[in-house]
Amino acid sequence: MSIQPDILRQAFPILGRQVNNQPLVYLDNAATTHKPTAVIDRLRQYYESENSNIHRAAHLLSQQATEAHEQARSSVQSFINARQQHEVIFTRGTTEALNLVAFSFCKKFVRAGDEILISAMEHHSNIVPWQIACQEHQAVLKIIPMNEKGDLQMDEYRDMLGSKTRLVSVTHVSNALGTINPVKEIIDLAHQQNVPVLIDGAQAVPHMPVDVQDLDCDFYCFSGHKMYGPMGVGILYGKEEWLAKMPPYQSGGEMIKEVSFRKTTYNELPFKFEAGTPNVADILGMEAAIRFIRELGYAPVAEHENDLLQYAIENLKKLDNVRFIGTPAKRAGVVSFIFNDIHPYDTGTILDKMGIAVRTGHHCAQPIMDFYQVPGTVRISLAVYNTRQEIDVLINALKTVREMFG
Amino acid sequence: MSTIREKEQEIIDEFELFDDWMDKYNVIIELGKSLPPIKEEHKQEKFLIRGCQARVWLHADYKNGKVVYTADSDALITKGIIALLIRVLSGQPPRDIIDADLSFIDRIGLKDHLSQTRSNGLINMIKQMKLYALAFQKTRSTKQ
Repeated sequence: MSIQPDILRQAFPILGRQVNNQPLVYLDNAATTHKPTAVIDRLRQYYESENSNIHRAAHLLSQQATEAHEQARSSVQSFINARQQHEVIFTRGTTEALNLVAFSFCKKFVRAGDEILISAMEHHSNIVPWQIACQEHQAVLKIIPMNEKGDLQMDEYRDMLGSKTRLVSVTHVSNALGTINPVKEIIDLAHQQNVPVLIDGAQAVPHMPVDVQDLDCDFYCFSGHKMYGPMGVGILYGKEEWLAKMPPYQSGGEMIKEVSFRKTTYNELPFKFEAGTPNVADILGMEAAIRFIRELGYAPVAEHENDLLQYAIENLKKLDNVRFIGTPAKRAGVVSFIFNDIHPYDTGTILDKMGIAVRTGHHCAQPIMDFYQVPGTVRISLAVYNTRQEIDVLINALKTVREMFG
Repeated sequence: MSTIREKEQEIIDEFELFDDWMDKYNVIIELGKSLPPIKEEHKQEKFLIRGCQARVWLHADYKNGKVVYTADSDALITKGIIALLIRVLSGQPPRDIIDADLSFIDRIGLKDHLSQTRSNGLINMIKQMKLYALAFQKTRSTKQ
């Protein structure tokens, strides 16, 4: 079944609203997607009839909430095809998942002089935690370079892997360029040297199926709010062999087995990494988002989004003075561009006046902007509910921008 | 010389003529284009006010008890709003600049350009303009 966006849009209440007296055209989905009624209803239902703290009380509500929470973990497990349920850790989002691994993995496995590899196209959240960890352990952070097209230089990467490399952490899909990285190859090459790999999947999971066993990645993380789920919830998948050896990240309730003032023993996986009361409602909302995606099916989603991507690129090319920032071999969800003669902030301001939401600026990836020597880009990012008609509205608005500034 | 309040009122009156946002922005863009350039020696890191999206350079001189500003930005709409701020504040005594509430920006419907999420450097620019005024005010009182 192919996607029928006009029908699908009815499941997203916010898409009916106006912005600056114009119908909303929302093309900022890489920042966050909107939420279907099924997700919103799930949150409401939890607070209206299921709310209770989990894993502690003998009463019925607590038991049911605990079961629902663990059922959601099992849904995530099957969604990414994790081997075991306890390899799925609930976090606040991708950022927290990255911080968790940077802190705990490095504490256990990284020593002075060791090396960690990230790529030139990472989001700040996959740069800064490693900088801090490297500083802490006197390790060296190395950057896998990319070419002008926005593709990673795999030959360079191969040469950078060595006996000092402790971990590779790269993005599956670039939030600023849309590049789909050859993560399977990246993982295989690292594993040949016994180096584990973390994949930041925040921008991949909304667009393509992820099978962590097939990828054989050691860690994979993503956020609920970029895949039609609620804000404030994310997933860290980690292979048991690594998670079991890593020390806790945060501490408090839930993550302990026994506490005395003399000594505390830690709980088993996954609870060792889930200190405090979890975000149960949003976790259940994320489960509803997973159900939503599975019902649509990734194949029709990808077909629809790729059609829109090609349509947008074709029509942008017809405008004067357009420069695409990133022309990767494989792309998902994102087109970044600038007008050579118009500042992205100016473009974004006028588009906003016309009811069109795009992202302008550096997209939390300043090193990429430095690489292309631009102050920022205009980024169009798509979701399953976008339409060709919305791309037409965008292109017409960009023509107006050109008339105003050109 | 008009006071800050009088100048703000002038601008409010001028902008009342526009009922279409596009006309208003076209004027702002024109104002941006005609903003007198900042001296090259002042368009440097030292005078840069960083925003997440647009960059702003600001310089201030103190002449005959008045503060004179020059500024620039890489984004034209930001530059247009800078031109309005300079028209209102430049050539005024420090005390008046410190006390100015600049409510004209809201009155002409450009308040959203001063929101944090825009991060175009304008909020910090206004802060910096007032800081210059404060510094000049202090210099004056120590001299007296």
